[in-house]
Amino acid sequence: MLKTSLTFVGIAFIAVVLADLEVSTQHPWLEMGRMVEGVFTPELSVIWEFKASLLNTAIFALCGTFLGVILGIGLAFFFQFLPVRLFCAFIRAIHEIFWAFIFLPIVGLNSICGVLAIAIPYAGIFAKVYAEIIQESDQQPLEGIPKDTHRLSRFFYGVLPVIYADTKHYTAYRFECALRSSAILGFIGLPTLGYHLETFFKEGMYSEVAALLIVFYFLIASLKYWLKPRLVPVYVVLAFALLSREISLSWENVARFFTYEILPWPMRRQGIHDGTYTVSFVLIPVLEWVKAIWLDEAWEGIWKTIVLTQIVLVGTGLFSLFVFPFACRHFAGKVTNRIWHYLLIIVRTTPEYILAYIFLTLWGPSMLPAVWAILLHNGAILAFLSSNNADLVQLRIDAPFKRIDRYFYEILPRVYGQFLAFLFYRWEVMMRESAILGILGIYTLGFYIHSAISDDQIDKAMLLILFTAILNMGIDSISQVVRRRLKISTKLSIAS
Amino acid sequence: MCFAVLSNYMRLLVLFLLFNSMLVLPVLGEFKFTAIPDQDTARLQQRFGKIADYLSGKLGIEVKYIPVKDYAGSVQSFKNNEVQLAWFGGLSGVKARLAVPGSVAIAQGAEDPYFMSYFIANVSTGLSFAEEFPKGIKGRTFTFGSKGSTSGRLMPELFIRQSFSQTPRDVFSRVGFSGDHSKTLALVQSGSYEVGAMNFKVWKKEVDAGRVDPAKVQVIWRTPAYPDYNWTIRGDVDETYGEGFIKKVQQALIDLQDRAILDAFPRARFIPADNSMFKPVLDTAIEVGIIRN
Repeated sequence: MLKTSLTFVGIAFIAVVLADLEVSTQHPWLEMGRMVEGVFTPELSVIWEFKASLLNTAIFALCGTFLGVILGIGLAFFFQFLPVRLFCAFIRAIHEIFWAFIFLPIVGLNSICGVLAIAIPYAGIFAKVYAEIIQESDQQPLEGIPKDTHRLSRFFYGVLPVIYADTKHYTAYRFECALRSSAILGFIGLPTLGYHLETFFKEGMYSEVAALLIVFYFLIASLKYWLKPRLVPVYVVLAFALLSREISLSWENVARFFTYEILPWPMRRQGIHDGTYTVSFVLIPVLEWVKAIWLDEAWEGIWKTIVLTQIVLVGTGLFSLFVFPFACRHFAGKVTNRIWHYLLIIVRTTPEYILAYIFLTLWGPSMLPAVWAILLHNGAILAFLSSNNADLVQLRIDAPFKRIDRYFYEILPRVYGQFLAFLFYRWEVMMRESAILGILGIYTLGFYIHSAISDDQIDKAMLLILFTAILNMGIDSISQVVRRRLKISTKLSIAS
Repeated sequence: MCFAVLSNYMRLLVLFLLFNSMLVLPVLGEFKFTAIPDQDTARLQQRFGKIADYLSGKLGIEVKYIPVKDYAGSVQSFKNNEVQLAWFGGLSGVKARLAVPGSVAIAQGAEDPYFMSYFIANVSTGLSFAEEFPKGIKGRTFTFGSKGSTSGRLMPELFIRQSFSQTPRDVFSRVGFSGDHSKTLALVQSGSYEVGAMNFKVWKKEVDAGRVDPAKVQVIWRTPAYPDYNWTIRGDVDETYGEGFIKKVQQALIDLQDRAILDAFPRARFIPADNSMFKPVLDTAIEVGIIRN
């Protein structure tokens, strides 16, 4: 475990040397002052003005999660088949924002685009997690059911009751993530909170930013009061009812996307030049087209994405190892614990895209804002989890009194395995985020994908998204291999 | 228990009715337009809402302004027929007309046939105004506007490539895309970037509004003139809204006299335009590699 950890630290060290981590603004503190001032003078009136975007944020998240759950359950039943597993890995390897880029030309800039952009990747995630939960569940009730019982009955009587609590928790957690996804989809033009957040950030209107963020925190903090299982069907019906009024789907656009726009440029080139818009099948130019995109853009994008990912992977780990004791009962008093708990929750709740936006405004465009954004968001999640795990540890009576000794000899050895498992579990997530943050101006894959979308070159954007997905699936499988070799699991297993 | 559930449902029903009044129902047969969000993005509705009312009156149908987040969004919604008319930049107009066969440029601002970009620099660079291209910008940090902007990206990039025979990323130590012209000004003025390129009309508007501090930022070069912004309409609107509809919209734009509306663009007035006028923009976009050949 130590050897693996040090290897990754070494890789990250090289990546730091290679990365551009400069602060390029001249007066970062001045802007910081204006932001802090904004936090203390929130312009609460904008909340009412932009209530529709708040409602949209919730509706997209609800409908997206619901569709994701339905599709995910369907896929989970066939998860033992390799093609299904690969399919799920593929759809979840593509970030919600990239999915939105894909759906934009198909359904237009409207609600369906937002809902599908959440539903599709979430279906892949749900399928995987539900399948894992079923696999690891207690098999005894199932053994009590006669063998010739129908598969469906076996599921409802032998499996569902066992896994219900776990799936419910996970789905609720995912809904919180969906609210974040939904909010940031606004940054690329969908009518959610991010739409106005982006504008206010850009124009330096931080009091308005603060107000919108406060509502967002409130929305998430209040989840446990209004998100009751028995009310979920009502919410879903309501959300779909509201959604259906805004839906406009043009089959012409759908057809144009799949039969024309998505085709590699060399196949359309001749038709565009002579005005007939016909498609020609030319193999060699298409291969050259792929090669040119690979050499000119994909290669650098992939390289920069990996560099950023490796830095934040280790950075996240170090951050959470350093921070979690402050939120753990063995190291600090109740008050300190509380304060840190809330701090971590706030940071965790803030979408990394928004954190990146804040740091970008402060420091200018380099990898630095992206590093801190991804690191803080994931670090907060990991520190929160680790402190909770550490709290479960019962110290022996003769445990070291000095806190530093207690940390290194008592707590850390007991929580490190699970910590590492969870860190590697999030590796793939960090890579998706690294790719996405290219939209904000660093040359990771997102930069090139966003440029292709800006130039209305959908075929190129799709090829780059495909490269991104394959890269992500690669990282996902490496992560699984590492976890298996270290014999570590995200499942809690602390023997005191 | 049963009552508790029931009352919860009632509460939701009330919420539902409340929320219902918050969303706007789309009206069939509406004529919709959009505009590239090229400056002052927090006040787009104020900028373009007025011309929607003007066109509604002139055309006798409901005209609605649909805001979009970026240049690509405006082209996309034009392609998808989510809007039928758009106030495009030179480049976004060319892209949109390529993507929607039959669409036509019908009007432009009086200033648009001879549009310009200004190269601006933070005074800390020591660069000052000159008639010839400022070679001293090499190695500096540089920001364009939107990736899809004519005056903020396409034309500046052309002149940079012509002067240095290199791509912007090779010429400058750092290249950014601010998103719009006001933001470019703000970034160069604050020193986040040393040099930038922006739309000259926006520069003048910001100077008049007192938002430019000459002690911090100055114009260092004016590009040669090129054609820019235009109103472009889909070719199929004559079918939907009646024969001669394109002509009617064109006439309404050219007849527009209201200063308050024109200032929002900001243009002296609108004059007729046609697709051929933007050939130089198309050629440049192909040369720079933004549009494929």
